[in-house]
Amino acid sequence: MLSEIVDIIVYFLLAIGVFFNLLGGVGLLRFPDVYTRLHAETKCTTFGSIFICGSVIIIGLKMWYLGNTDGSVLAIHTAGALLAILITNPTGAHAIARAAHRSGVKPVAAVVDDLEDKPVKKEGKK
Amino acid sequence: MIEIDTTYLIVLGFILLAMIMAIIRVIKGPTAPDRIVGLDTINTFVIIGMVIFGLAVGSVIYIDVAIVYALLSYISTLFIAKYLEGGEF
Repeated sequence: MLSEIVDIIVYFLLAIGVFFNLLGGVGLLRFPDVYTRLHAETKCTTFGSIFICGSVIIIGLKMWYLGNTDGSVLAIHTAGALLAILITNPTGAHAIARAAHRSGVKPVAAVVDDLEDKPVKKEGKK
Repeated sequence: MIEIDTTYLIVLGFILLAMIMAIIRVIKGPTAPDRIVGLDTINTFVIIGMVIFGLAVGSVIYIDVAIVYALLSYISTLFIAKYLEGGEF
């Protein structure tokens, strides 16, 4: 009884995660600009990764509850991988966007670009 | 109801499909930041695929490799972005 309910929850989480990951891929293909592509793929893949790793954590906890000791190792290590994704993915996206704007790639069909007039801050040489 | 390992292999196939889309973007991309965005996406999909494959095969060592891969790919993305920006380290 409990095992079937947990399985249904796991299928639901997997469906949400796969849907958002595929959406990230399609957005990466279809959008016209660097910034919109970055917007689509970063948010969608981070959100989908949360759900897929959550389903793996739930399966690990279920294995642990049923008496298999490998389940706890699986759950804890997957939580570590999820934490790594959650920290590194938005930070990398921010770095890429900043580098793209400073290297001269303009947004397509942008009406207002607030960062255009600002001078690039020069770091003092030692 | 399908076995849970088979379901994870099907999910791995869908992740592979999304990864193929990212590879198309890396090949087609007009500018250099487009290609970096595609590489970053491929890195995230590889991490997720390693987690899923580790569960489907039943060995935890793939998930440890996924953690290390996440941190190393983050460092490489930061370095490429810094190189594009043209600043000093």
